Amino acid sequence: MGTILFLIFFPMIIAFILLVVKADKGRDVIVIGAAAIIAIMSIVVAIKYAAGGGEYFSFDGEAVNYVMMVIEAGLCIYIIITACKHKKWLAALFAIIQTPLVMWFELTKGHGIEVESNMYVDRLSIIMILIIGIIGTLIAVYALGYMKDFQHHEDEKGNKDRRPWFFFVMFLFLGAMVGLVTSNNMIWMYFFWEITSLSSFWLIGYTKTEEATNNAFRALIMNLLGGLGFAVGIVILGCVCNTVEMSTMLLIGSVYGDLIAIPAAFFAFAGITKAAQMPFNSWLLGAMVAPTPTSALLHSSTMVKAGVFMIIKLAPVLGMGNFAGLMTMMVGGITFLFASCAAISQVNAKRVLAYSTIANLGLIVACGGVGTAGAVWAGIMLIIFHAITKSLLFLCVGTAEHHIGSRMIEDMDGLFNRMPRLAMCMIIGIAGMFLAPFGMLISKWACMVSFVDSGNILLVGCICFGSAVTAFYWLKWMGKLTACVQGEESIETGVHKTETFVHITLVVLVVLVCLIFPLMSTYMLVPYLEVTFGGLGGGIMASGNMLIMVIMVAVIVLLALFSFGKSRKPQVPIYLAGVNTGDNRTYYGSMQQEVSFSLRNWHMEKYFGEKKMNVIGDVLCVVMLVYGIAYGIATLVFWMGGAM
Amino acid sequence: MIKAIISVIAFLVLAPFVGGLLAGFERKLAAKMQRRVGPPVLQPFYDVGKLFQKENMAPTRFQDFYVILFVVFIIASGVIFFMGGDLLLVIFTLTIGAAFLIIAAYSSNSPYAEEGAERELLSMMAYEPMVLLTVIGFYMFTGSFKVSDIMAGNAMPFLPMIGLFVGWVFILTLKFRKSPFDLSMSHHAHQELVRGMTTEFVGRTMGWVEISHWYENVFLLGFVFLFFANGTAYGWIIGIVVAILTYFFEVFIDNCFARMKWQFAFKSAWIIAIVLGVVNLFVLQLCFMN
Repeated sequence: MGTILFLIFFPMIIAFILLVVKADKGRDVIVIGAAAIIAIMSIVVAIKYAAGGGEYFSFDGEAVNYVMMVIEAGLCIYIIITACKHKKWLAALFAIIQTPLVMWFELTKGHGIEVESNMYVDRLSIIMILIIGIIGTLIAVYALGYMKDFQHHEDEKGNKDRRPWFFFVMFLFLGAMVGLVTSNNMIWMYFFWEITSLSSFWLIGYTKTEEATNNAFRALIMNLLGGLGFAVGIVILGCVCNTVEMSTMLLIGSVYGDLIAIPAAFFAFAGITKAAQMPFNSWLLGAMVAPTPTSALLHSSTMVKAGVFMIIKLAPVLGMGNFAGLMTMMVGGITFLFASCAAISQVNAKRVLAYSTIANLGLIVACGGVGTAGAVWAGIMLIIFHAITKSLLFLCVGTAEHHIGSRMIEDMDGLFNRMPRLAMCMIIGIAGMFLAPFGMLISKWACMVSFVDSGNILLVGCICFGSAVTAFYWLKWMGKLTACVQGEESIETGVHKTETFVHITLVVLVVLVCLIFPLMSTYMLVPYLEVTFGGLGGGIMASGNMLIMVIMVAVIVLLALFSFGKSRKPQVPIYLAGVNTGDNRTYYGSMQQEVSFSLRNWHMEKYFGEKKMNVIGDVLCVVMLVYGIAYGIATLVFWMGGAM
Repeated sequence: MIKAIISVIAFLVLAPFVGGLLAGFERKLAAKMQRRVGPPVLQPFYDVGKLFQKENMAPTRFQDFYVILFVVFIIASGVIFFMGGDLLLVIFTLTIGAAFLIIAAYSSNSPYAEEGAERELLSMMAYEPMVLLTVIGFYMFTGSFKVSDIMAGNAMPFLPMIGLFVGWVFILTLKFRKSPFDLSMSHHAHQELVRGMTTEFVGRTMGWVEISHWYENVFLLGFVFLFFANGTAYGWIIGIVVAILTYFFEVFIDNCFARMKWQFAFKSAWIIAIVLGVVNLFVLQLCFMN
């Protein structure tokens, strides 16, 4: 209990300290120190609670409730004022509806509901805490160096140094995330949920340019819409089931599945908006205007992970049997397919990463929707692997951007020669994203099996076609990185030590989780699933297969250590139809003049144009969402009519 | 267990011979169709033997690493298959092998190799859905992803999975890189990409690439065999005969068609995967699940 509260409040205290520390040196020391403490404490929490499987804490919270209410009211007023100032009426409207709704509920109906335990920690929240505490803080450390370069450019433009604010929000975010994954009381979870929405709003709008402000508001509006869904879900849950606890809700759901599906549909809707599923994916793409550490944070350990955490949490009451489950899994599946397709046409590395995040979240959402033990196993594995590899890739792209002056993949020509260490980190990250035997593929495999078992052939189709597309856009990027371009000098000297440290740590983590994932499965995931689902019912990968995968990773790592770049064969020029001038980059054209060439990847705009993919995906997902929510409301009306 | 070990050893030892012989007969047949005498049946072995005697060289220090991984994973996928292992694992291992070949081609930064790699990526994207759907079809029909269980099943998957079978034969053209889909590298002299992906491989490296292709071909035909496995002797005979016929059917197609554009390869493969693959799964779902 104490350690959990520490993990919520310590980052917040650090956040306020960082708000007043203006000097670079002081900030460096505080951030690095705090990051180390948070990381160590999250490991302590893991060790403390993992063996017992977790605990529920009653944590009598009458006073806490009122404090939260006051803060919520303050935030609501803040949103309304800022929204009106920028003429974003929709944001103001959503804020005006939902906060009073929750407050009204708390003060009237909610007041009478007995809450047994406000907080809890189980193996899933431990996994989340580890991700937040380790990956999240690594990103904060990385941001130290990155933001120095960033501010350097800002200074040239004459913009003032707002880094204290940046780090304030970052640590606030981490604290709120820990709160979110340990709240059993849905009203508390809602409180943290809103803080994360607001934090991402601040982070996205950090640069205060017009584009940044607009995109920040888009993110805020979409997440407030999700928050509205959350609020409605709480009210329905409270009024119909007379509880506001997640654990009780899941318990009731095991008996009255149809009834619980109604609030579950609204909570899942909230999760879908936060996990940037279609048609809400545009906010995550818009978030790209922010400095890269923001993207890394939003994509890997916070924000979108809150959305999928919600859906994975709800998984036991979703499934093929009810409308909430069908809505969730189809939105996830469709998003996976179309976001993967859209990634092919992208030339901007960050946008490729963004679409890949949206696609992977789609897969996790679909897993939650399918709601079997096997699917949830796959979903949690995806969360873990995705958090590590995606943060690695974002942070690599961030560093590349500052050194080659571009975030376009086509400008990464010869990165292997210009920034060998960075290119290697990126290659490992990309391998981790899609290549067997690395992590993501293991989870994708488990997804496939559980989708087939669920009997939803459309979902199976989505994953088969989506996987094929995924390989295409990753491999062409990886190819670009591995290409050896002669005559390029290394420009890697200027990279900040903190950045390199974070890259290397994440690379080690990627390889490590690929090697120890069977252990994570045995000691964390399987016990969690046994408690949550009362048994596994098959669907978990056979241990023999896991072993083969691990052996494959080991083979690749060992071969890399012993033979990567160690070939002693004489090097000869490449084939250029016999007219290579000798430097592998130019050839003799007509009249013996030297012509240089450069190579470009396929983007297949005609087939996988971003707009087209988004329109199709949006339409299909909206249909599924309307179906789910309308079905939910209809059932509610029908049920209330029957009760009266 | 012992059976598994024997078949793995048999695969490791025999597959290159079978693959090489198939390649030899293929050339013979193609020659006959063009009214030529053609090379001796053992010519592919002579060719590879000669490759191993060539001088060693490479455009970069890194290419060999990727090629080694390609060879290792292609052979590993066959090993897992003949061991009776998990079909999904087999497919993923095969994919990683294919991925390393593409990376090897990219690593030289040669325009010919890179264009070949790009087209190979396209072919991969074209055939992958059908491959996965076929594997899932086997699972839905027999209730297991394991090759050994599918082999031991007592009903022949061929008829219930006829759509998947046709789809599989279709994408074999892509996998074997035969005309009309020999986009990324071709054994025909008529193509503009020199040797596509393999342009920058020479000597021993090229020899290993050839040998891996023999392994891969045998294993891909093993997949065709699987459609007929029903645990009886006649299932074996039909399976082997159909597998060999399929190969020569591909050779026939190869010699009858000019190369199509990549657009056609991509569209046709996906349409077939949707029409034959997904629909076949729906049928399996109705008839064999629950």
